Amino acid sequence: MSSSATGQPYQPKTSVGKITNFVDTRVGGSAIVKEFGRKIFPDHWTFMFGEVALYSFVILLLSGTFLTFFFDPSMAETHYDGSYVPLRGIEMSMAYASSLDISFDIRGGLFMRQVHHWSALLFVAAVSVHMLRVFFTGAFRRPRELNWVIGGVLLILAMAAGFTGYSLPDDLLSGNGLRIIDGVVKSIPVVGTYISFFLFGGEFPGTVIIPRLYVLHILLIPAMILLLIAIHLFLVVVHKHTQFPGPGRTNDNVVGFPVGPVYAAKAGGFFFIVFGIIAAISAAFTINPIWNYGPYDPSPVSAGTQPDWYIGWVDGALRLMPGVLAGFPFEWNIPFPWGTNTLSLNVLFPALVPAGIVFTLLFAWPWIEAWVTKDRREKHLLDRPRNAPTRTGVGVAGVVFYCVMWAAASSDLIATHFMVSLNDVTYWLRALVIFGPIIGFVVARRIALALQRKDREIVLHGRETGRIVRLPHGEFIEVHEPVDEYKRYKLVNFDSPEALTAQPDVNGHVPKGEKRRAWASKFFFEDRVAPVTPAELEEAHSHGHHGEVASEHDKAAISSH
Amino acid sequence: MADHSHGSPDDAVTVAKPGQGGVQKFQDPGLPPHRPRLADVDPRAEKRAERQVGVLFLISIFGTLLFFFGYFFIPLDQTIGTLRLQNLLLGLGTAFAMLGIGVGIVHWAKTLMPDHEIAEDRHEIRPEADRADAEKIVGDILEESGIKRRPLIRNTLLGAGILAIFPAIAIFRDLGPLPGDVLRQTMWDDGVRLTRDPSGTPIKASDVTIGSAFHVIPEGLNEAEHKLEEKAKAVVLLMRLNPESLNPSPGREDWGYDGIVAYSKICTHVGCPVALYEQQTHHLLCPCHQSTFDLTQECKVIFGPAARPLPQLPISVDEEGYLVATSDFQEPVGPSYWERG
Repeated sequence: MSSSATGQPYQPKTSVGKITNFVDTRVGGSAIVKEFGRKIFPDHWTFMFGEVALYSFVILLLSGTFLTFFFDPSMAETHYDGSYVPLRGIEMSMAYASSLDISFDIRGGLFMRQVHHWSALLFVAAVSVHMLRVFFTGAFRRPRELNWVIGGVLLILAMAAGFTGYSLPDDLLSGNGLRIIDGVVKSIPVVGTYISFFLFGGEFPGTVIIPRLYVLHILLIPAMILLLIAIHLFLVVVHKHTQFPGPGRTNDNVVGFPVGPVYAAKAGGFFFIVFGIIAAISAAFTINPIWNYGPYDPSPVSAGTQPDWYIGWVDGALRLMPGVLAGFPFEWNIPFPWGTNTLSLNVLFPALVPAGIVFTLLFAWPWIEAWVTKDRREKHLLDRPRNAPTRTGVGVAGVVFYCVMWAAASSDLIATHFMVSLNDVTYWLRALVIFGPIIGFVVARRIALALQRKDREIVLHGRETGRIVRLPHGEFIEVHEPVDEYKRYKLVNFDSPEALTAQPDVNGHVPKGEKRRAWASKFFFEDRVAPVTPAELEEAHSHGHHGEVASEHDKAAISSH
Repeated sequence: MADHSHGSPDDAVTVAKPGQGGVQKFQDPGLPPHRPRLADVDPRAEKRAERQVGVLFLISIFGTLLFFFGYFFIPLDQTIGTLRLQNLLLGLGTAFAMLGIGVGIVHWAKTLMPDHEIAEDRHEIRPEADRADAEKIVGDILEESGIKRRPLIRNTLLGAGILAIFPAIAIFRDLGPLPGDVLRQTMWDDGVRLTRDPSGTPIKASDVTIGSAFHVIPEGLNEAEHKLEEKAKAVVLLMRLNPESLNPSPGREDWGYDGIVAYSKICTHVGCPVALYEQQTHHLLCPCHQSTFDLTQECKVIFGPAARPLPQLPISVDEEGYLVATSDFQEPVGPSYWERG
């Protein structure tokens, strides 16, 4: 570094230096090494989910590329003559026949199919859990709002990638899935029938849907995902990673390990671990045994069919919606001057409304919270979920809403496995999808508040040691041990916003929007548990409290309470 | 940069920067002291960790060999057993190969690489001065381009740009034909025989005993040009009940034959085949979303998300005793759509 100052030309001495010199004088790589070589990344097990998502996507690209070399996305009719004897001579599409060939006649083909399918399931799961982590810890707040939105779009794209891929083998199961999509599309008012005909190139099933889905699946959607991942990661570098609060960790620093060598080794090694686990699952657990289903035929269907898990909640919503409720049909024939048109709310409503609610709230949440709190400062320190009780409640309500619909996608299997009436399962789930989120909200919020009180208790009176001591006058107490200052700092160092009353504007008026905001603020922060202040701690120690003993040697000081 | 010096963990009461009343806060004690790992202080533990990493990498090599064994030495012989065995070996081989490398590297990082946490300062994403510069540059660019001062250029460009998008939409018009009336028509017509799915053999009324159900396709479907598209609309379920348990509405009394009735198999919800027939209760159940139709009430919806009864196919018998349709369905089959009316 000092060589430039003395005017000496830089002379590489080591072999690493020679390579660096070669690269740097041609592409200017030293800036990248200086920026990233020792960049600090904070470490926490919850930061791993995003990595799992990224790595399973890489595995999807690798295994998917292998599959494209053998898959023929054609709906042309053929007679199967491959190795799987039970289907020999049966008429089927080239897509299905080539999927069977991949499974039975290409060595490692079945393995690659299973790797591809399992990693697709893992990809969507990892994206979802990663988003839950970001939500519950408040990592979506300024300056990361746009990256949160990109993440939401990635989740939608991940589901789209999954669905388009699921349909490609053109087997009976996926064909019925496509038929459901066709039915949902047809329920769209005015343009639904046209979209269906344009999508399928005519009447369902037609001969073009598989090649079209194939282009979406291997080109358009992965390209969009790749682009958004690149932007997503670029923004992570711009923002630097968030970190959990704790001693030494402030809003103005990042505490963790440098990329080289520790973080690179851990993150790089973790790719192989993810790959290894997917390989182990693919070795042992069959997924989507298409040879059992047979080629697509509009007439048969197998009972107990399930979509891939990430489509389940939409399928569950379709199941939960009653077509006729107490004599009131949800399908309406509306007379217009030009004739009668049909509005099929029993299909349209469950297909659009739950997903609409979930994704609208998801995308808008960073701004909703900023509006309620009027807090638009940069937030680089994460919240422990308990320290944001209302947000945690809302998140749990969303999870409950999602999971009830998800369970509904298996209502028939729940009924057959637990020997209960299918109708009752549906009625219960219908009630739960409405009341479950409310109960979930209240319970989660209460638990969060209770955990905050527990934290206060630990700070003020120390941790329970489990040691029971008998005092001279016969009373039994449990010895509490004070927490050390690092642990204590972790428990007291958090923001606990107070409800903000409506503020008048310059003319002394309180605008309507401000009143609403004040109401929301009250709803958010009316019940709050403030962090312990040093004064409170001092008081707790000087007065003693409820049989608490700061440490064993001063237990004599506590005689009564 | 890391600050490990402050305080010992046993410090009982470290209170406070003196502050005012409720706003005072605890002082940040700084990063906890670094705790050395076993491998940092014990050379034997360090050596052991090194060996462990090496063994993990050896496991990876073993995994790769296992993969090759499965690939080259398990010939596929058209039985599902060998296929499964090969899949298992390839999978386990890959799993060991990958996990050996991955766990090895992570173990290496966790035991042997430095574990000192380092603090790095955050900086503003961009300084405000840069923002002002950027604003000025963009302003200058707009000013020099003159787009604000010359509304004629701006408006015509806007118009041209908006219009130029439409060909990109219109060019997709030939993705498919317009729907027209095809959803209202199926292969069924007066005199078309009901045949078994998938063989296409005709069904005699006398073959249909009480309680039985047949999956039915129209005669000639297997030779039809657009077989799957026609089948997706035309499949029918045929059942025979005790004639007294059927309650046909006025005008539909002659749509069945001696207790034999035929209904569209395509669910009116989103189009799955309504494939389950509960003989005892005379209910038809769609396995996809559990819409339930009551055969004794002309397939009225009694449960689930469907909102319309299954369309009935009017049937009779021809002179040879085979079941035939007497017309097409009287309404479109399958899921609802806007133009259905």
